Amino acid sequence: MKPHVNLLNYQAPNWDEPLLMDLSTPGERGIFVPRTEDAIKDTVGVAAKLVPEGMLRKTAPDLPELSQPQVLRHFLRLSQMTQGTDVANDIGGGTCTMKYSPKLNEQICASPKIAEIHPDQDEDTMQGILEILYKMGEVIKEITGMDEVSFQPGSGSQAILTNTAIVRACQIKNGTYDEKDEIVTTMFSHPSDAACPSTLGYQVNLIMPDENGYPDMDTFKAAVGRSTAALLICNPEDTGVYNPRIREFTCLVHEAGGLCIYDQANANGIMGKARAREAGFDLVHLNLHKTFSSPHGGMGPSCGVIAVTKELAGFLPVPVVRFDGSRYYLDYNLSASIGKIRSFYGNVEVVLRSYAWTMALGAEGLVEVAETSVINNNYLRKRLLDIKGVSMPYFHGEVRLDQIRFSLEQLEKDTGVTTEDVNHRIVDYGLQSYWESHHPHIVAQPFTPEPCESYSLKEIDYWAAVMEKVCTEAYETPEIVKTAPHNGIITKIDESVMFDDSLLAATYKQYKKKWKQNQ
Amino acid sequence: MKDAKHNAHPYIPNSVWETKQFMLDEIGVKDVEELYRSIPEELRYRKKMNLPDPFHSEYELKQHVESILAKNKDCSTALSFLGGGCYQHHIPAVVDEVVSRGEFLTAYQGATYTDKGRFQVIFEYVSMLTDLLGMEVAGMPTFDSFSASGTGIRMAGRLTDRDEILVPSNICPQRLAYIEGYCKDIMNIVMVKADNSTGLIDLDDLEQKIKDNTGGLFIENPGYLGAIEYRWDRISSMVHGNGSLLVVSVNPMSLGLLEAPGNYGADIVTGDGQPLGVHMQCGGGATGFVAVRDDDLFINELPSLLWSIAPLKDGKDGFGFTYAVPTRLSYVAREDSVEFTGTATALWSTANAVYLALMGPRGMREIGETIIEKSHYAKKVLSEIEGVSIPIQTPHFNEFIVNFDGTGRTVSQINKALLAHDIFAGKDISAEFPEYGQSALYCISEIHSKADIDKLAHCLKEVTR
Repeated sequence: MKPHVNLLNYQAPNWDEPLLMDLSTPGERGIFVPRTEDAIKDTVGVAAKLVPEGMLRKTAPDLPELSQPQVLRHFLRLSQMTQGTDVANDIGGGTCTMKYSPKLNEQICASPKIAEIHPDQDEDTMQGILEILYKMGEVIKEITGMDEVSFQPGSGSQAILTNTAIVRACQIKNGTYDEKDEIVTTMFSHPSDAACPSTLGYQVNLIMPDENGYPDMDTFKAAVGRSTAALLICNPEDTGVYNPRIREFTCLVHEAGGLCIYDQANANGIMGKARAREAGFDLVHLNLHKTFSSPHGGMGPSCGVIAVTKELAGFLPVPVVRFDGSRYYLDYNLSASIGKIRSFYGNVEVVLRSYAWTMALGAEGLVEVAETSVINNNYLRKRLLDIKGVSMPYFHGEVRLDQIRFSLEQLEKDTGVTTEDVNHRIVDYGLQSYWESHHPHIVAQPFTPEPCESYSLKEIDYWAAVMEKVCTEAYETPEIVKTAPHNGIITKIDESVMFDDSLLAATYKQYKKKWKQNQ
Repeated sequence: MKDAKHNAHPYIPNSVWETKQFMLDEIGVKDVEELYRSIPEELRYRKKMNLPDPFHSEYELKQHVESILAKNKDCSTALSFLGGGCYQHHIPAVVDEVVSRGEFLTAYQGATYTDKGRFQVIFEYVSMLTDLLGMEVAGMPTFDSFSASGTGIRMAGRLTDRDEILVPSNICPQRLAYIEGYCKDIMNIVMVKADNSTGLIDLDDLEQKIKDNTGGLFIENPGYLGAIEYRWDRISSMVHGNGSLLVVSVNPMSLGLLEAPGNYGADIVTGDGQPLGVHMQCGGGATGFVAVRDDDLFINELPSLLWSIAPLKDGKDGFGFTYAVPTRLSYVAREDSVEFTGTATALWSTANAVYLALMGPRGMREIGETIIEKSHYAKKVLSEIEGVSIPIQTPHFNEFIVNFDGTGRTVSQINKALLAHDIFAGKDISAEFPEYGQSALYCISEIHSKADIDKLAHCLKEVTR
């Protein structure tokens, strides 16, 4: 039964707000800062005399000068020209799990009991935050089936780097580092699963999908051998199907003497349904800013918590949070620690939000999250596949978990309208732009929605209805799609700066140098 | 959930029983379990996860979490002299107002036509930050100053095609641990002696250590132990004369007062933006930066997204933003990328931008003056306490080390005793730097009044008597 949906008569807010630097008026002040008492200056002299020779700044930085209300107004206008999930329907943000970040958790994080904690305080004064880190660690162990955790990595990619560094340290210790210099990953795993091992000096062996969409087993078997240090893989991959043969993959790698790293950045669909442990992984990471609701912050701060087996626990970055039965403490005495991955203990405020979110749900609630995200996704699949021009490559007859990489290849063949055009046009109906795909586009003309548990049936229907409308437009009035957006913040930009270094202007200085002199 | 029919969870709209049944019907399955059939039975987890019972109401949840946090003591009520890479400053109310806006807080990747505002903030952040540093281009912020150091060092290696980096032996030990882990596959890390009494690098040793394969010198300014390096004419000519690069890690809070690294020869400037408007958050406020000059060779080695201003098509009035030169990044190049790229700390670039906009050139100058004056006052009054000495006399900005050998007490004992006075004393560095005996790293900022510093001195006298 197709729902009736009224499309919004949307217009994005456009303040046409000038650049901050063009709003400056010499002499205006945004804030006063504390000044030194005269008694201090009488004792030690003034700043200019305290600075060593040649180190007093000669030319003041060219910062703008604005009064306080003008600064506030400028940035709030810019906030109005930004679509966070608090205001926008971001079902299109597939692989990112753009879920609701409860406001209570923001209130909690604003408390000086976390905001004004210095990480080098005496442990006795940090028992509260250490308790949160410890208890959330227990939650992660239960969800993954692993034995020890670290919250130090500041993102999913840094977690991948950390897990790779642990593999390296383990190899150095057992003497296989020179022989085993290859890490195997797959094309539908995250690009960082190739980039992080490469950054740490490994050769990367990238397995392409077979005709059904699974990592090709024959290629994989041929790839795994004496030189294999580790497997580094997502499951489900970007396509949203759980690879049922994952245990064969991990067994093969173990037989070859390698370790298995699970990139479970997005665990939203399978929490409480399947764990890293049973699938044979030695290391895993989960993104707290995806599955565990911490807000994405426009690309961080975030946390990629890692969890490992007890055999690898000695390699974790220091410190590890422990509990002796009455007191929480930081343990720096690990047998073979990889050292530091991030300063101090990572983004503990992200862990705190995730803890609060988990305690609002409990075990049954987390399963409810997983099941609802999977139901939402398969419902959206049903709606989208009714649209002319939309297809779902691979895995015929197989149900998907929490996300799907769809294709607009047919639409493009029929009408010349590309997925990029469609992505610009959905903006006119008030949707956040969708995630197409990482490169290369193995799935042609891709788009990857993920209607996680935070979205209502009405919102899912709305998203599908917009896609249907835009695809219909592509067949009937393609120009309107190709010239979109029409109701966005701005009309189409000249994209040549993307590819031409001589036009690139990432700062006001470059902008003045490269653009303004030509005007 | 057991009584799900009447207990839809507030965070999960489609947990309404009837909604779920409708959706399952539409999908054509009877039970959600059918949607998990791709997971083989032997990999299924069939138990109930052993997690604590959740709190039913928002009120009870709030009580629970706050009761745990209440066990913390924080720097807003205690008097703290801790620094060492995480700094307490006043956060302007406008900064908190802007960064807590849901539009910024809950955004993610966004795109040109939906998130122009956020990209404009990034453009303005990079513009102001690079100006402060005396540089011209930077990318999105990195994780922290450690990751910024690691990238700066690897960039120096790539740009010179050499495999050695020099670092002073009194570098922050935890930073060194990070750099070793991140860089050792492509860069040998060679230590240059630091002079214990000046806290500065030994220039004779530097001259000897600079070799054909030296990609660069990495130096913290101020150093981890507080001293401000100022002999840049000699350092720069030694480093550049060898075709090596100068990578400087800086505290941006000092740069309204102190000379910008770009003006004394730095080729790559790194550091942490946390002091500029980000709450400490137990170390969670870190946000690194890597800045370079407007030179395509350098820009193309930045492993970060760059957002360029862009004109509108067909000569229309206005402007937008787009990411530029992304092909070098791991998003596209995977294992062939310069380094890995991903989510880091973008929200804090907003905090930095608002902070610098409020402060302006005069605010940054004044806060620098206040800090250096107050911290030199603290150094003076502490040095007058019996048994207390100042091992490094070189001028410092906000931090300096204090030695307690003459008191017959350990830093640990003294700090415990000060805690009873609600004072978070300087960081104990006796294990990190045994050559300085029982010493602690003290940090002063604009928020310390003369009375605060006098109280510290008074209490120190009392506990070391």
